[in-house]
Amino acid sequence: MKTPRALVPIAIGLLILGGWEWFVRSGRVDDVLVPAPTQIGEWFWSSLRDGTLASATWVTMRRLMLGFVIGAAIGIPIGALCARSSLARDTIGILSLGLQTLPSVCWVPVAIIAFGQNEAAVLFVVVMGTVWAVVIAVQESVLSVQPLYLRAAMTMGSRGWHLWTHVIFPAALPGIISGLKQGWAFAWRSLMAAEIFVVILSGFGLGSLLHAGRELLRMDQVVGVMLVVVGVGLLADLIFFSPIERWLRRSRGLER
Amino acid sequence: MPVSPESSSQLTLTNVTKRFNGRAGLVTAVEDINLQVKEGEFLVLVGPSGCGKSTLLGLLAGLEQVDEGSIKLDGADVVEPGRDRLVMFQQDALFPWLDALENILFGLRLKPGLTDAERTEAARYYLDLVGLADKEKAHPHELSGGMRQRVALARSLAPNPRVLLMDEPFSALDALTRDQLYGDIQKIFTQRKKTIVLVTHNIREAVCLGDRVVLLSPNPGRIRQVFNIDLPRPRRINDPALATLAADITNALSAHLAQPKEGLE
Ligand SMILES: Nc1ncnc2c1ncn2[C@@H]1O[C@H](COP(=O)(O)OP(=O)(O)O)[C@@H](O)[C@H]1O
Ligand SMILES: [Mg+2]
Repeated sequence: MKTPRALVPIAIGLLILGGWEWFVRSGRVDDVLVPAPTQIGEWFWSSLRDGTLASATWVTMRRLMLGFVIGAAIGIPIGALCARSSLARDTIGILSLGLQTLPSVCWVPVAIIAFGQNEAAVLFVVVMGTVWAVVIAVQESVLSVQPLYLRAAMTMGSRGWHLWTHVIFPAALPGIISGLKQGWAFAWRSLMAAEIFVVILSGFGLGSLLHAGRELLRMDQVVGVMLVVVGVGLLADLIFFSPIERWLRRSRGLER
Repeated sequence: MPVSPESSSQLTLTNVTKRFNGRAGLVTAVEDINLQVKEGEFLVLVGPSGCGKSTLLGLLAGLEQVDEGSIKLDGADVVEPGRDRLVMFQQDALFPWLDALENILFGLRLKPGLTDAERTEAARYYLDLVGLADKEKAHPHELSGGMRQRVALARSLAPNPRVLLMDEPFSALDALTRDQLYGDIQKIFTQRKKTIVLVTHNIREAVCLGDRVVLLSPNPGRIRQVFNIDLPRPRRINDPALATLAADITNALSAHLAQPKEGLE
């Protein structure tokens, strides 16, 4: 008989949690420094009940989504432009390559000075985190579309806009998706940095909750929020990027 | 060798020269090509690799521009790709993100004056013509190499081009599949009366398919000799008469080349 694939990791996870609980309870460590899973669970439960966790998660997710969508919406056409024109590639392309290597946390001071401690600043940081990776990914994947596809499409009468929407983008899609995924990861990190280091007056996000946990020396809260942050990242991958990537691989026969 | 009068020929190449600025400097891919293709003729360009066959086909397709001379289709200069001259490529040029039917519909959707129902009907008709009616929903990776080239053939036939250009469409296939396709192509050629220009480095294939076989030699690519093939159709690749003619052409080529058989089957 075949055991379901999820069973083993769940069992291992429970084993680790159990060991951890036992370790903390046995008094070998100070539970202020190392909270037991049940303590984290308690924090989790209470902050769920009073709504702080849900509202902080919502605030953070809204910022992330909005910034990511704006970043992608800016990055995709710019990347396409860079693939199309060598002038754009030598200017915007090079600039993007440089800025992509800049840790996106570095945008936080710029954003605060330019916009103040508000939503615009957070959005700016997220957009800057997303956009360069997307530009580079779109540029590279469009440039590596097989010329044969273009030649075939052109003989069938495809030109301009039609060529872009029906050949270039579909052909470049796998590369574009992995660029978006990278952009998403950068955006997520820069957003956390912004929320942790700066008091954003316009909304209390997960990063702020983490920061508050530090101020209060509440390790259970700190670890709890970290777990939520991990969960959000994992979920984005599981319900958004992975299915798209799997579908792409399957429909093009790249799986196995 | 008889040269058809200008008036009855559809495609006319006059003193065509094409050079490429490659990494090794300026390469003359084809030089001073003069050729006429009649309406409804099956013309085969044959020669060792590097003799400019693909270049010529690209020029005919309008994907490349001549450096000297001119190419005319019905008297009008060929300057860009057009639906009247569809190309079936050497390698897999099917779009991997579309299934077989959608691949065939790609060109049909770009053809004005048809309803969606007519387009789908036409796509199904051609898929059926190449014997793949049951593979509508299959993506290219789910098809064998031979099936893929069949879909590619259907895709280039479906918009009903006046001229079909084929660049070594069978070179990547096994001998059995190839023999089947020789039959299919001849059937379609006789049924639908297309003008076909096919490129190959396989001389037997050339004799099997062509009304006329144009022999090219490399460095630079030039026309060496033109052979009329008067064998009755359908021709079988194993036909002894065909083999004799192929041997003649091979000998002619050998006489033109310093290294006789390089790149030839
Ligand atoms: N895009 C290109 N850039 C540079 N050289 C080319 C290009 N296309 C073809 N050539 C050169 O032109 C010659 C003819 O090539 P091609 O037409 O592909 O030959 P064939 O199809 O007969 O094998 C070769 O020497 C090849 O290297
Ligand atoms: Mg070639």
